[in-house]
Amino acid sequence: MTVQYPLYLQQIVNSLTSEVIKIFINDMGNGGEILHDFEGEITEVVLTQTLKNIEELLEKTEEDFKKSRKVYNILVEALQNLYHHTDAQAAVVLDNCDQKKTAKFILALKNEEYNILAANYIVKDNIPTLKSKLDKVNSLEKDGLRELYKEVLNNGQYSVHGGGGLGMIDIARKSGNKLEYDFSDVNEDYGLFTLKIKV
Amino acid sequence: MDPIKIEGTPKTPTVNFNGESGVLEIKGRSIPENAVEFYKPLVDWIGSYGDSAKDTTQVNVQLEYFNTSSSKCILDVFKKLESINGKTSITINWHYEEDDEDMLEAGEDYQAIINIPFKMIEMEEM
Repeated sequence: MTVQYPLYLQQIVNSLTSEVIKIFINDMGNGGEILHDFEGEITEVVLTQTLKNIEELLEKTEEDFKKSRKVYNILVEALQNLYHHTDAQAAVVLDNCDQKKTAKFILALKNEEYNILAANYIVKDNIPTLKSKLDKVNSLEKDGLRELYKEVLNNGQYSVHGGGGLGMIDIARKSGNKLEYDFSDVNEDYGLFTLKIKV
Repeated sequence: MDPIKIEGTPKTPTVNFNGESGVLEIKGRSIPENAVEFYKPLVDWIGSYGDSAKDTTQVNVQLEYFNTSSSKCILDVFKKLESINGKTSITINWHYEEDDEDMLEAGEDYQAIINIPFKMIEMEEM
C-alpha cells in the first residue's frame, strides 16, 4: 500500500520510516497539527532540549494543566525510553540509513487529542520479550495496571537505567489508553519498533 | 552531621536534608536519565542519620513530576526511612497539586508499600 501525503509532510517522513509511520503522519496532517518532530540520534543534549521545547510549547497550546502535565510526563518516559533502548549499533549495521539517524519522535494534536509516536531500531531477538510485555500491559485495565505497577516497583529489580521495566506500565496508566505498537522488518537482524500513544 | 543541600535543576529536585531539625525535603521535579546516581547519597545519608536522629522526623515530598527511573529510587529512600523508623518517629508528607490525580495515586502507591504514616497534602499551587 502506498500512502500519498502532501509535500509539506514529506520532510517529516525522512529516512527512518515504515508504513505505520507514514500512515500516522498522513493521518495527523489531515485535520490535525504536527507540533514537534524529531529524527536523529537521541543524545542527552537532544533529550534535554526537546523536553524544554515541548514544555514551552505545551504551556502555550494547552490550557488544561492536568492534561499538559500528563502529556509531558508521558513524553519524558517515551523519550527516555528511546534514549536508553535505541540500539546505537543498529544504525551502523544498517546500510540503508545514516549512522546518526537512530530514532524518531512525533508529537501531534488532532481532535483535542495528543498523539505521540516514538520509533527506534530493535535487535530482532529482543522483540518477543518486548511484545509480551506490551501485550500484558494492554490486557489490563486501570486497577490491574496499578497493581502491576506496584508489583514491579517493589520487586527489588533494577534495569541498568534504574527504571526496572516500569516505563510502559506508567505510560499506559497515565494515558488511560491502550498502547498501539508495531514491529516492522528492517533486515535479517533488525526491526523497527514503533509505539503510538494517545492522551 | 552535615546537612544535604542540593539546588534543583530542570531535571533534578531541590534537596534539603537537615539532621539538626529532623526535616528532610525533596521538592521540584525528578526526571534524570539515570536517577540511581542522584539518589544514592540521599539513601546513604538517611542511614547515618538513623544513628543520631531527632525524636521526630518530618519528610516533605513535593514533586511536580518524576520519571520511572526516579520512582524506584524514591522507594529506596522510603525503605531506608522505614529501616530507621524505630529510632525516630517519621511522617511522610506527600504534597500534590489540586486535581493532580496521578501524583495523588503515586503517593498512595508508596503508602501501600511502606510502613510509615503518610499525610496526603493537597496544595493549590506548587
